[in-house]
Amino acid sequence: MIQLVELSVNGERHDLAIEPRRTLVDVLRHDLGLTGTHVGCEHGICGACTVLVDGAPARACLIFAAQVEGAEIRTVESLSSDGELNDLQRCFSEHHGLQCGFCTPGMLMLAEGYLAEEPEPTTEEIREVVASNLCRCTGYQTIVEAIDDCAARRRAALQDRLDRRAS
Amino acid sequence: MVEPRFRRDGAWVGASVPRREDPRLLAGRGRFVDDIALPGMLHAQFVRSTEAHAELLAVDLDEVHAVPGVVAAYTAADLDLADITALLDRPAHEFVPTAMPVLARDKVRYVGEPVAVVVAKDPYAAEDGVEAAVVEYAPLEPVVSDLGALAEGAPLVHAEAPRNTLVDVSLFATEGIDDVFAEAHTVVEVRTKTGRQNALPLETRGVVADWDDRDEQLRVQTCSQVPHQVRTVLARCVGLDEKQVRVTVPDMGGGFGQKCVVGREEIAAAAAALRLRRPVKWIEDRRDALTAAFLAREQRYVVRAAFSADGEILGLDADVVCDMGAYSCYPFTAGIEPLMASAEMPGVYRVPAYRVRGRAVTTNKAPTAPYRGVSRPQYVMVVERVFEKAARALGIDAVELRRRNLITVFPYTGVNDITYDPGSYLESLDLCEKTLREEGWFSRRSDENRVIGIGFACFSERTGYGSGAFAQRKMQVVPGFDISEIRMDLNGTVSVTTGTLSHGQSHETTMAQIVADRLGVPYDRVKIVQGDTDRITYGWGSFASRSITIGGSAVAAASVKLGDQLKEIAAHLLSGDPEAAVLEDGGVRVGSSWLPFAEIADVAYLKAHLLPKGVGPGLAATASFDVGGDGTFSNATHGCVVELDPGTGGVEILRYVCVEDCGVAIHPQVVEGQARGGIAQGIAGALFEEVRYDEAGQPLAPSFMEYKVPTAMEIPDVRIEHLETPCAFTENGAKGAGEGGTIGAPAAVLNAVNDALRHTGVELDDTPVRREAVFRALEVTR
Amino acid sequence: MKPAAFEYHRARSVSGAVGLLTELGDEAKIVAGGQSLVAMMNFRLARPEHLVDITHIDGLAGIRREGDTLRIGALTTHRAVEKADLGDFAVLSRAMRWVGHLPIRTRGTVGGSIAHADATAEWCLLAVLLEARILVEGPSGRREISAEEFFLGPFTTALEPDELIVELVFPRPAPRAALTEYADRKGDFALVAAAVDLDTDRIVLGGVGPVPAVVRGESYTGTTVRARAAAAADSLELRDEPGISAHYRRGLVRTLVERAYEEAARG
Ligand SMILES: Cc1cc2nc3c(=O)[nH]c(=O)nc-3n(C[C@H](O)[C@H](O)[C@H](O)COP(=O)(O)OP(=O)(O)OC[C@H]3O[C@@H](n4cnc5c(N)ncnc54)[C@H](O)[C@@H]3O)c2cc1C
Ligand code: FES
Ligand code: FES
Repeated sequence: MIQLVELSVNGERHDLAIEPRRTLVDVLRHDLGLTGTHVGCEHGICGACTVLVDGAPARACLIFAAQVEGAEIRTVESLSSDGELNDLQRCFSEHHGLQCGFCTPGMLMLAEGYLAEEPEPTTEEIREVVASNLCRCTGYQTIVEAIDDCAARRRAALQDRLDRRAS
Repeated sequence: MVEPRFRRDGAWVGASVPRREDPRLLAGRGRFVDDIALPGMLHAQFVRSTEAHAELLAVDLDEVHAVPGVVAAYTAADLDLADITALLDRPAHEFVPTAMPVLARDKVRYVGEPVAVVVAKDPYAAEDGVEAAVVEYAPLEPVVSDLGALAEGAPLVHAEAPRNTLVDVSLFATEGIDDVFAEAHTVVEVRTKTGRQNALPLETRGVVADWDDRDEQLRVQTCSQVPHQVRTVLARCVGLDEKQVRVTVPDMGGGFGQKCVVGREEIAAAAAALRLRRPVKWIEDRRDALTAAFLAREQRYVVRAAFSADGEILGLDADVVCDMGAYSCYPFTAGIEPLMASAEMPGVYRVPAYRVRGRAVTTNKAPTAPYRGVSRPQYVMVVERVFEKAARALGIDAVELRRRNLITVFPYTGVNDITYDPGSYLESLDLCEKTLREEGWFSRRSDENRVIGIGFACFSERTGYGSGAFAQRKMQVVPGFDISEIRMDLNGTVSVTTGTLSHGQSHETTMAQIVADRLGVPYDRVKIVQGDTDRITYGWGSFASRSITIGGSAVAAASVKLGDQLKEIAAHLLSGDPEAAVLEDGGVRVGSSWLPFAEIADVAYLKAHLLPKGVGPGLAATASFDVGGDGTFSNATHGCVVELDPGTGGVEILRYVCVEDCGVAIHPQVVEGQARGGIAQGIAGALFEEVRYDEAGQPLAPSFMEYKVPTAMEIPDVRIEHLETPCAFTENGAKGAGEGGTIGAPAAVLNAVNDALRHTGVELDDTPVRREAVFRALEVTR
Repeated sequence: MKPAAFEYHRARSVSGAVGLLTELGDEAKIVAGGQSLVAMMNFRLARPEHLVDITHIDGLAGIRREGDTLRIGALTTHRAVEKADLGDFAVLSRAMRWVGHLPIRTRGTVGGSIAHADATAEWCLLAVLLEARILVEGPSGRREISAEEFFLGPFTTALEPDELIVELVFPRPAPRAALTEYADRKGDFALVAAAVDLDTDRIVLGGVGPVPAVVRGESYTGTTVRARAAAAADSLELRDEPGISAHYRRGLVRTLVERAYEEAARG
């Protein structure tokens, strides 16, 4: 059984003819070649496959690609542009929030989605969100710090823009 | 850029520079093994045993071939591969060699053992194929515990191993030790059972293999910590020459030891690729990774210690039994855990008399491999429990008791025939205690309304095991050295090989820093080449905190040799004295003249006629490094504060302090990262993770629902303080930093839990700590 | 861990979904958020031949207040409830932080949780605690089932295979109710969960039996919280299970009921 599926990923449209049993993460990685999103458990717990579905962080291993026609999918590949890392990615690097880097794309998309919805989280709230995903290398502290720092910088930048507009 | 906190040896070593690995990994542009796609690639999955112990009567793959998408399916008989056998040079009463077939042949020995391999057009079809296999078993009584294995009349996992014992070695027995115990003022005993754990790299194991007609090579891309070992075993199993196998390692999502042994599945997948002349990929799924991958750490200790009235330790008498599961792993054998524990147990203390018996028993569980720290998390926990118990028995403060017994004069040769190089054993303990005191934890501990405990762990960790140290274990394959080849190219950029293999440890950055300092070039002009058996002469990979101590030293030595070449050529070109030449700012200065590397390289490659007599063209050098003697010891003290919840038995870590000394830190931020990550894994073992089996040998933790990997809510922030006792015999004064965190955490956590239980009379010595046990201990006092 | 093959069907309306279920019979299954079902399919513990995707049905998601009644559409996500300002139904929002983690809550649905009927699932406990009615639609139209009658056993409900959950109806506000639970690791399904409503003196427990267990607290009216918690714990029939004894489970019940009462009193 082959199904025609139209997916929108990182602003690009893709027409696919796939078995409906293919999960979103497999389609992203192996049909679209977007291998930045990883697979760590295929049962929703590790979070390595976390992507944004209409802006919300979600497990791409627990979604069939056929289900998310019409939704806007965002993966880690969308974060940097022209080879420049975005502010969140830079914060991860500065705080050594990654070692092997396997959990990193999932952590980044989790944080991107969360900060978009909640720009002023406390450190404890960030910690609770980071607890959504597993990392075996870092002990999490530097990931929490990286996200905290990025949120602070974004707030400062926003304040700066507002101040400039006011003056 | 992060501000470097201290620098040493030049501009780069000691600076927390941005990691070279980061940009690609952050952009999702890393290349992990499952990211590789080759034209016409097929996908393998395994038919696995559903029985813990059974005779394999028949494997019927007829239906498998009929499944749409399935291309091939093979049993052991179809592939006819040689077995994997790891050996120790020890007499038969100490070591029983056992063979691990690539696919089970006549018998299965654990649930999850590969029985047949199915190759299909995609992973979905491969799994459909696996389901269609019909395997007939004649079940045998399973052996599911170490005690069961040793019991009189127990069924045998391997017919050749009586009493299911693969290793039985008494490395040390100080004469007169029984008298020491008989006459001692106080004798304490610790009995501990530690849970079986999974090293659990977030990336599971995997391989892509294909036969290349042009190179006449089986090309194997696999996430292995030891590519050369994979090459050797694979060549042997499939009957190829070493040069006909090329193993390369892409980015790796962690390893922690699970990937430093040679697995059966990668051999079977490669054999299928060879047979089919098509690329074959195998990616282990998480269920298999949790049930059928290499495991570790299930150990039982009975340890007695004798003390004098004033708290001097007089003797240590230990019996260690390690449940190694169904097979010996290659190249380390089932001896890896008991021999490590036996060799190192006296640790940081001046123990005058020592007796130990270490055994490896085989059971019907997935086999084991080294896991970060190998036995040290366990024996350190046991020894640190010894000190806590002795402190109570003697009425001496536990920290003070440790102080009285720590090694303080170096070098120190212990009862275990090991010479310890200088460390900061006492200083780290003092600083750790002081830090917790100043933060107010000792006063919070005395709050009557809360159940708070503080625990410490003092330990050292032998890093950089050289050939000599491994030879002492009597491994037949003796790891230890490292070889590095360095080359400067035309525009003065440098590439350097290392036989070690970074899989999260940042060697692309730290090794480059070492070279940068030796040659006087920026670290981003240095490319590290690793994980390729065609490009690297020979290497042992990364494990046992060996990479910076040994690999980093080889890289440094090679850099020095290249530097000498550069100096010689530059002196000739500038008509100066080579002895007076210095490397500076990406060039060579001879007196007042300076020649950039690019110009020297130009001569070395494009104008060879200008070279001094006797100097050949090209700029390349090779150096090797081995640690003589007993290696170098990193050390640390961990301090942990826990609060227990009497209502639930819950355990919360309130504070964690780590005072560590790994000599010169090449990249302090990376060292801290290793410590934090290690501590998280140690906490996992102490409080959360356990691979359990039922009485029939069926695994009880086949998913992350049951195998409880701690999250950011369970792992606390860790305050890290650095001490620095440089190593005298590595090239940079560095000691290893890969495992210490994992080693200290179980002891610190367990001691803290017991300290919190001090008023109950209950002591908990097994890990992971069961919350019900905590609940019951506190219930009486509630 | 790849699911077995199935045919995919997308429903555009509730009646369309019911039609598909009727037509496809026993081998069909609804998929909503997929946070329970897809995981089971990846393990091949569930292998429906037909999957009826209801996530594209308009109007099944949303929270509506009608007087004292709160109606929550089946496709409403846990996250939507968590973020909603529910006034005197705030217990529902507060309880959501116990449901898995953020990326689970953004997809998992209220209807899916109820239909899945895990005996420790927060929604199942809340529905029973607050005496919710479950509005379902089948080939012969709509019917309402009371929560207490809905859960028949572990992962077993009164729902017919061709019926769909449309809505959860909470009949009265619960300004003084709370849910709390214990698991070794945050985000896990609870070992034991306790939910209480001070206004009705109802106690509902998860993790103590095949379905959410109701302990009616009226008979203890006037006694201390501690005594009520102890009585609730003592009233349960529990058995030792591998890794957890009846004694420990009872102890957890006592603690959690006490804590739920305290939280409910704080409001
Ligand atoms: C890592 C993880 C942690 C979790 N932790 C928790 C937790 O702590 N507490 C908790 O309660 N849940 C937890 N869940 C489960 C989660 O809440 C699910 O969302 C929920 O159980 C099912 O909702 P769903 O929409 O995802 O349903 P699905 O998975 O799509 O379906 C589940 C079942 O319900 C049926 N179904 C779905 N919708 C309807 C409907 N409208 N009418 C009839 N039948 C329907 C399906 O056929 C299927 O049988 C967790 C899940 C994961 C992956
Ligand atoms: S792969 Fe999706 S959560 Fe682990
Ligand atoms: S960095 Fe390796 S798993 Fe997170």
